[in-house]
Amino acid sequence: MTNDIIERIKQNVIQGRMDKEDEGFNGGMVSQPGVKELVQQALDEGVDPRRIVVAGLTEAMKIVGDKFEAKEYFIPDMLASAETVGAAMDILAPYLAKSGVASKGKVLMATVKGDLHDIGKNIVTIILKGAGYEVKDLGADVGPEAIVASVREEKPDLLGLSALLTTTMVAMKETIDSLAQAGLRDRVKVIIGGAPTSVEFAAEIGADGYGADAFHAVRVVEELRQAS
Amino acid sequence: MPREGVLVHRIYERLDRDQVERIHSVSMEILRHPGIMCFNREAADIFASYGATVTAEPSARHWQVSIPEALVLQALKRAPQMVKLGARQEENSLILDGNEPRVYFASGSETNIWLDMRVETFVSKADHSVAVELATFHPRRGMLADLCAAARLGEHLDNLDGFIRPVNIQDEDITEENKDVNKFFACLNNMTKHVMAGLTSLDKLDKVIRMAEIIAGGKEELRRNPIISFITCVFKSPLQLVDDTTQKCIEIVRRGMPLVISASPQGGSTAPIKEDGMVAQINAEILGGIALSQLVSPGAPVIYGSVPTRAGLDDLADTYGVPEFNQYNVDCVQMARFYGLPCYSTAGVADVKVPGIQATVEKLFSHIVIALSGAQYIHYAFGLLDKTATFCPVQAVLDDAHIGMVKSLLRAPKVDEVEVVTSLEQIRQVMATSQKLFVRYIRPKLRSGEVTLPYPFEGDKARDEILLRAHEKMQELLQRPVEHIPPEVSERIFREVPGILPRLNTYREG
Ligand code: B1M
Repeated sequence: MTNDIIERIKQNVIQGRMDKEDEGFNGGMVSQPGVKELVQQALDEGVDPRRIVVAGLTEAMKIVGDKFEAKEYFIPDMLASAETVGAAMDILAPYLAKSGVASKGKVLMATVKGDLHDIGKNIVTIILKGAGYEVKDLGADVGPEAIVASVREEKPDLLGLSALLTTTMVAMKETIDSLAQAGLRDRVKVIIGGAPTSVEFAAEIGADGYGADAFHAVRVVEELRQAS
Repeated sequence: MPREGVLVHRIYERLDRDQVERIHSVSMEILRHPGIMCFNREAADIFASYGATVTAEPSARHWQVSIPEALVLQALKRAPQMVKLGARQEENSLILDGNEPRVYFASGSETNIWLDMRVETFVSKADHSVAVELATFHPRRGMLADLCAAARLGEHLDNLDGFIRPVNIQDEDITEENKDVNKFFACLNNMTKHVMAGLTSLDKLDKVIRMAEIIAGGKEELRRNPIISFITCVFKSPLQLVDDTTQKCIEIVRRGMPLVISASPQGGSTAPIKEDGMVAQINAEILGGIALSQLVSPGAPVIYGSVPTRAGLDDLADTYGVPEFNQYNVDCVQMARFYGLPCYSTAGVADVKVPGIQATVEKLFSHIVIALSGAQYIHYAFGLLDKTATFCPVQAVLDDAHIGMVKSLLRAPKVDEVEVVTSLEQIRQVMATSQKLFVRYIRPKLRSGEVTLPYPFEGDKARDEILLRAHEKMQELLQRPVEHIPPEVSERIFREVPGILPRLNTYREG
């Protein structure tokens, strides 16, 4: 029985089916429970939340990753699956906390001041959520003051900054400097990304990491988490 | 006499009349509900004063604007159907007529990477006596000197009709403060064709216009011969009217300068991937921007700017080499024609990062199709690689040759009474000779330019030497002189327009 529901969660993550309204990519699945309902059902049946995460969600995402590598899946598939994992994690969070499992970490994401480009930042947000992080998205064109205030209030483990213009890359440095001025710099790791930025630029402005794309960003975040 | 471009005899359209009207109606529905999210206070006030329903969303820093169809149609009536883009040398002017499918090709846009090509010799490991020359590519940050070189090159590319800076100037001493005056001066001083660009800082608009007035010979002359024009991408798709670019749009039309009002949604991420949904949304966005411009300044010379792309399946970045890109763009040209507005369209971007077979396939695919659609001003057409992140001057030389072939392809067929009689006569004469060859009739047509010359970068046919030949051609073109702004005019610009770096002064001592 347990195996059966875990398997169904897995299959639905692979299909990227959020809930029962979702027809799935090959149609005809409307009204069958999706990831949200199945996760809740599993919890109600007393399945260990850790098992749901490890045997259900993580296993499923491994398969999704393999399919992506094999060019059987494309980024829209990957995002749909990652979104279902993010939603499942929202449901599981209080149960995991109760069983003494710490969250993987909290991440704040923002596109910096003067910059409206947010597609890349949104993708990184979804993929990070899908990897099990708790992510709060502050939006685009966010000034250093607002970012400092959110870091103070939310106490994230990590701050992600995105910029797509050579003219707004400087706002990343301003943000990092403002964190330092507010005495918050050593409380949060900072990772940056966006087409004009680079690993060298990250070092130059005192960021802790640089993500070339969303998947690389997840790896860098994992490394930073393990290092601390 | 303006530049000729190419007048397309039979345009390619995908939509029938019903489909055009259907898309128009959906665009009007979109503007009404959900309407647009307006982040610019002045624009919200203007829309409200002309009868749009404007609801303040204080917590979200924007106004929700529902625009009725009547307002849009009334504003569209005021928009001119013909826009002149002038030039330092007036015979390089362009006339964009919304009712005439005369196609011009232009460069663009602000890439961060400049791609140098080198020719290197490689020796076979198996047989050291075998050596080949190959192209290698070397990316680096674009600089002001590169922009000057790109303009000089553009001046000598026969098929480049209009110039949009193809490279972002990232020198240490270029700041937001001095970027606009330097980029415009670098272009204008190195070419005599039309110069178009986006504006980095609104407070530099008047300085840039002043520079253009000095070159054109005064305010009135600039009005008559607008040697520069601007681009504002007013919408962040989906349907968000951006504060900064909207303010730029308002101020530019107030000053009567020609302006492209553009939107650039990605099918699949910031607009529906479906053709009908994408076109209805981008059309709504562009019309929303044009309506605003005409409410601010009736009759302001604006251009319908459509830059729809499709999201890539591997990274959601914009892709240009896919058929849908062409479908979206062709449909937008048709929508612009439906309103009688000149269209700024898009073609010639390769997704791949270096010149070669993939780049040529991707580029030619859209160069041909979008030209066939009869778009008046096709930007992005020269040298762009890596989805607009890279500009390669050797690639621009190749693109110029290919665009020349496209222009030849689209020349109107000459089939009339005189022509057919001549041909009939020719056939009869040749049949009466012993060789039965038409060769002697080639020459007059060759001299009149009606017969296309051999591919200019052809090697000995045993090897593909295109890149090596194009590289030589680029070097040769860059050696050619250009007509700079005359010394007294240049001196006046340096006096009256602060911020231009001294190294751009052609006449500086020492
Ligand atoms: C925290 O950790 C991390 C880790 C990894 C991170 C990360 C954070 N953030 C990103 N990553 C990484 O992971 C992501 C997923 O793999 C990747 O994210 P990316 O964002 O790189 O990739 C996305 C998935 C897809 N890529 C994109 O979404 C960007 C595509 C291009 C075409 C682009 C778009 C779409 C837009 N634009 Co703009 N735009 C261009 C872009 C050209 C290009 N080819 O890049 C670029 C960036 N734009 C440019 C320009 C000039 C402008 N744009 C402007 C506006 C816009 C739109 C609003 C129309 C639209 C944005 C829509 C939106 N919702 O974001 C204007 C500026 C507005 C502003 N103040 O921000 C305007 C100034 C145009 C104007 N004159 O009005 C150019 C910048 C040149 C420069 N100066 O640096 C540009 C390169 C295009 C060009 N060649 O001209 C990685 O970088």
